[in-house]
Order: sequence, then C-alpha cells, then structure tokens
Amino acid sequence: MSERKNGMLAITGGRVIDPSQGIDRVADVLIKDGKIESIARAGSAPDGYQKIDAGGRVVAPGFVDLHTHLREPGLEYKETLATGTAAAARGGFTTVCAMPNTEPAQDTASIIEYVARRARESGVVRVLPIGAVTMGRHGKQLTEMAEMAAAGAIGFSDDGDPVADPNMMRQALSYSSSLGLPIINHCQEPGLTRGAQMHEGVVSSNLGLAGWPAEAEASMVARDIALAELTGGRLHIAHLSTAAAVDLVRAAKARGARVTAEVTPHHLTLTDTWVYGLKGAERRSAVGLASYDTNTKVNPPLRAASDVDALVAALGEGVIDFVATDHAPHSESEKACTYVEAANGISNLETAFASVVSLFHAGRLSMPQVIERMSTAPGKFLALGKRHGEEARFGLFGTLKPGHPADVVVLDLNAEWVVDPARFVSKGKNTPLAGVTLKGRVVTTVFGGSVVWQGGASA
Amino acid sequence: MARVAERSRQQSALWSGARRHVLDLDDFTRAEIEDVLLNADGMKEVFGREVKKTPALRGKTIITVFFEASTRTRVSFEQAGKILGADVINVTSSASSVTKGESLLNTVRTLQAMQIDALVMRHPHSGSPYFVARHLDASVINAGDGTHAHPTQALLDIYTVERLRGKLDGKRVAIIGDILYSRVARSNMIGMQKMGAEVVVCGPPTLLPAGFVPGSSVAEGLPYEGVRIARRVEEAVDGADVVMVLRIQRERQDAGHLPSLREYSREYGINAERLKLARPDALLMHPGPMNEGVEISTEVAHGPQSVIEEQVANGVAIRMAILYMLCARAANVGA
Repeated sequence: MSERKNGMLAITGGRVIDPSQGIDRVADVLIKDGKIESIARAGSAPDGYQKIDAGGRVVAPGFVDLHTHLREPGLEYKETLATGTAAAARGGFTTVCAMPNTEPAQDTASIIEYVARRARESGVVRVLPIGAVTMGRHGKQLTEMAEMAAAGAIGFSDDGDPVADPNMMRQALSYSSSLGLPIINHCQEPGLTRGAQMHEGVVSSNLGLAGWPAEAEASMVARDIALAELTGGRLHIAHLSTAAAVDLVRAAKARGARVTAEVTPHHLTLTDTWVYGLKGAERRSAVGLASYDTNTKVNPPLRAASDVDALVAALGEGVIDFVATDHAPHSESEKACTYVEAANGISNLETAFASVVSLFHAGRLSMPQVIERMSTAPGKFLALGKRHGEEARFGLFGTLKPGHPADVVVLDLNAEWVVDPARFVSKGKNTPLAGVTLKGRVVTTVFGGSVVWQGGASA
Repeated sequence: MARVAERSRQQSALWSGARRHVLDLDDFTRAEIEDVLLNADGMKEVFGREVKKTPALRGKTIITVFFEASTRTRVSFEQAGKILGADVINVTSSASSVTKGESLLNTVRTLQAMQIDALVMRHPHSGSPYFVARHLDASVINAGDGTHAHPTQALLDIYTVERLRGKLDGKRVAIIGDILYSRVARSNMIGMQKMGAEVVVCGPPTLLPAGFVPGSSVAEGLPYEGVRIARRVEEAVDGADVVMVLRIQRERQDAGHLPSLREYSREYGINAERLKLARPDALLMHPGPMNEGVEISTEVAHGPQSVIEEQVANGVAIRMAILYMLCARAANVGA
C-alpha cells in the first residue's frame, strides 16, 4: 500500500481541521519528506506533488489511540502487530499504544524493545508500547519502569486487571512520577465484580447474568484519585464507563489533580440493552434468540443509557480527555460460546471513527471536538511523557503543524456503510456492530507521508 | 391420544408451527400456556394408565443433555419422552468438561448431524439454550439455564395450582427465598402473572436482583413488572393462595449473602406458624430438592397443604405435553 516514502504529497481541497493550530478551513495539506510542509491555500498545491483530492471531505491529523490490544507476542491467534496496525490504518489511526497484557506480559525493557522492533518490521503505523506496572501483571512487584521508559514505554498499565492492592498503586504512582509517565489503571474493584458478566441493572436481572455494579468502577477511581493527589503521580483512567466516575474525575480536575481519563467508542454509543442482541432496538416482550450476544461482552461492560449520556457530555466538556479504542480482538471460538464463557472485548479500530462521529451527527460534538478528542488531545498526552529536564522523546503526534510527522487522515463524514466483520483486516471479527449501518468513513490514511490506507469506492 | 391431538389442533398456537423452542415463558401468550395445560390433562390420563405407553412420538429422537447435576428434571423429561414412544438418549456432562465454549458448539454440531428432533438441555450458564438454538435445527427445550429460566418448572407449577384451585386470575402467589439466583422464580414470576396472578416475592435484600426494591413493585423494563417485593416474609405470605418456597443453597452463605442458614431459617423459613398467615386452603409448593429445616420445616413440607409430590407427577405430564406439541407438530401440520 505504501509507495512514496520521501515523495511529495498534496491533499487538496478538503476541510482541514487541526485543533492544535485552531485551523478549520478548506485548504491544501502539503507533505514533503514524511513531514507536514505546510497548510496552503486551497488550490495552491504546486506541480510535482502527488495529489489526493479531498474535496467535500475532512482532512485531519491521524488518530492517536492510547489503548490498543495488539496481542503480540504470545497471542498471535487473536491479532499480530501486522494485522492490528493494518486495522489501525484502516480506521484512521496512525499512532497506537500497545497494551502490555501479552504473553509474556510487556514487563521488561527487552520485551518493550522486542515489541517496538517487531512493530517497525511488520507494522503499518506507529506502535508505542506500554509497560506493565507489576511483574507478570500479578500486582506483587513493580516493574523496572525507568529501564522500560528508556526502551520506549510511554506509560504503565496492568490493563485487563486493575492494580488492586492500594499500596501497590500508591508505590506505582509515586515511583513513576520521577519518569513523568502515567499509570493507566483499569479501575474496577475486583471484590465487587467477581463472576460479573455485564452491567448490573434491569437487563442483567432479566437475563440472569451476574451484574457488574457501576460502583465497582467509581470506588477505585476515587481511591486512585486520592493516591494521585497523595503522590503527585500522573493517573490516567482507562476506559471510563460510568456517570459516577465522571463526577469524581470532574471534581478531581477542579482541584487540580493530575488525572486524565479516556472513553471508548462503545461506551459512548452502546448500552447494556445491546446484550439483548437487538442492535439497540427496543426490546419487545421477550428475550429473543439473538440475545446473549457475546460480542457485547466487554470489560468494563456496556452501561446504562444515563451513563452513556454522562460520558458523551464529559467528553464534550473535556472532563474526559480523549477517546481510546480498547481494541480487543479475539478469535472466533472465544466468542462462539455461552455468554459466561465468552472473552471480554470488542474489535474496535475499524469502526471507532464512525462510532465517534455519530456524536457529531447527533449534535453532541462539533467536528473540531471529534478531531481534538481522537488526535490532538491524545497526542499532547503522549508529549507530556518525559522526565524533568529531558528533551521530548518524540515529536508531537495528532497535529498538522509544519515539521511534524505527516500523519493525516481523510474522512467522509456522510458515507454510510454496513459493518461486515468478515471484511475487517483485524483478525478480531468480534463486534456487536455487525450488520449495523454506520455513517462516516475513513477514506485515506497517510502515515509519515505514505498512504497506508486508501478505501475503495465501496469499501 | 387422538382426542388430545384434536383438542390441541383447535386451540394451540403451538400447532401453527410458529414455535420451535421452549426457552422461557416470556414469549408465551396466555392462550398458549392454557393450551399446554389442556394437553397436559390428556397426558396425565396416559400417565395414569396401567400401560403407560403411546406411540405418539414413535420414531422421534430426543436427547437430554445435562451439564449440571439433576435427577428429577432429567428423569421427568426422560419418562415423558419414553411414555410417548420417542427414543430418549441421555447425555450427562459436567460443566467443567465444556469450559471451553467451542466444545458446546461442537456438541451442538454433533447433535445436528444426528438428525435429532428435540434437545432438552440444562446448563449452568444463563442464556446457553439461546446460543444452542441459534445453531441447531431441532427444537430446544430449556430445562434450566443458570439463573435465567426454567420454563417447564413454571408450567408445571401453574398447572398444579390451576388444577387444584382453578384459574390463577386474582390469586395471590408468594415466592419466598433466593430470588437473585433462582431461575424457577424468574420463570414463575413471568408465567404466574401472565395467568392473572398477583405475585409477591420476599427474600433477604442480598438475594434480590437489581430492580427489586423491598416495599415497592418491580418497575417497567423487566418482564416481572408489577411483582411486589415484601419487606417481611409475614407480609408476603399474608392472605396468599400459594406459597412457593425456593431452595436456599449453602454457597450463598459462603459467598457472603447470608450470615448463616440458621438465621435464614429464622427470618425467612416457612413453618407452620408462618403458613397460618396464608389462606386456610393455601397450597405449599417447592421446586425441590428441599432443605428441610432450612427454608421449609419438615412439618409443613409433608403437611396437608403441601403439593410438592403432586408437582413432581404433574412435571411429567407437562413435559409430555411440551415434547408432544413440539415434536409431533410437524407431522400433524403436514397431515
């Protein structure tokens, strides 16, 4: 797919939205030597540039995903760095951060280096590894965070599981504060979610599935905020899913705590009623044959409509800083089973933009906000990650400022398409959106000046 | 049998071919439930004969797969199928041998290849019969899935009450115990309300599902809408026509839902004193197996108001009716 490594590329005539520069106007984006050359007046692109016509489309910085399960090493049957980054490119993501719940876990500098090297060899877009907080993600012993940081880790997380022990979390936040890197916690009190299958509410009551109370998230978010304030560490809350936790984050930010939060496309758009398998339609009188749709099983679970509403509002306000996919590919057999047996997770990269842009179509977010939350904000978040007095470790991502990596995405906001997981390039076909019509599509993805995804007319 | 079939053809939605599975009672209409009860009358007559055998389902293959220990339900289905002349094959499998989901799917594929007519299944995971039904052409009958549903139990309970006391309309049914984990309670709340009963439940707050608030009624959004949740067992039983006692499991104590079975018994156990609060002719029911002296006292369990053994006998008749209506349907519709 990529052909012009050092060529000159002009993306012409699109509505260029770059919140990092406050740009929202029709313009040409000129790219040279893998970097943004300039944002030029529309129609001014000189000869000699390969041209991509973006007329009627939105041109924006490539998306940045802080939360991607790429599964390599060890779980290549679910996804590889090659297939996961191809899916990222197709979804408009030019930077993805690899979660460390691989086998073995990414808990030493050598594994971080391995992932970074494998990604350079086989990946389609940029992969930044995240290191584990504790050895083996077992919650007992801190990892060598400084060495992992030097090897390229952009933060630390035991994601998939919380750092359950409060003292371990305190030590992690405290220790990592010297590195300037965040502890990304999957906040969920394990004692309250034992055996849980879905959000606790009327749907779980009806289906007889063990419930996952919203309070299990809120209680650990409250704990972690207190510990961040105690230690001065950087706390980043993964996949926030409840209104109660939103309120805690809002209050903490108002106090000036160093806390940030992300939200997934599915928690912004789907509710627990999706477990009925009706793709969001109203449940009629009975639990139907399509119910217990294992593709809706995800951790944290799909929540109530009131939670979804609070998450969307918080993303708009900036209480939630950005969108992260929690792309969690699984093999077919891990979902072709009972709901209780099914693995948690949604293959998300290829539908994320369309899900988020539905909030624009619904009037809940402006387009600049959509781009800010998918590109600019996570890019800035990454740029914060450096030791005191240290040079920035990499250029800014999620921007179209001249001199920065030419990571650009061309978007058709109005194209309607039906989600067909069989056509996913991700190995994970697990999405509750199968068969659903979405509006909004990634037309072209440019990574470092090279076209890494070009959708066909009907793709 | 011909008489039964004739009556059914006149009455039953089941005979239209629209129903393939029995997964819960939430997709049954009242008329369809009444039809099952009517069929069960005919089946009970067959069951009472000296030679308990009819050829109604000769040549049909029914497989029962129980991934969870059960004696009475499995035997009940087996006997029901055999009386009707079907070939009944029992498969028992521990859930642990199918912890990998693929195995359940492979089991289903194997059964599919065997051209069976009906699968009776019990599984510890809620929703598993729905998963199986999506992959199987044969009829699936849910014999209990996790904490979700147990439709044939609810049908036999409805049948037991209606045949002993007449229509459920306006009758008060009290369900006492572990509502949270009870598939029997869930299916009965749905079925009894469809038949016009007023249902009140009571149990420790730790064993009530989300949406069940003591002192209120279940709100919209659940098929149990309108079910009342009593604050005290005495309040629930007061004036009841039916007192249904649920089995309490020791695991609930271990999981922290209960301080002790002793205290449960003191607070929620049904004994003679509490049963006196119900109507004098109230029926005492229990889906079994009972923990005598815990949720139910021995005295009342074997007392004059107890219909627990009746429930077992009726269970065979109800399951005969269900198997017959599902398996013979094709033949009858075609005829």
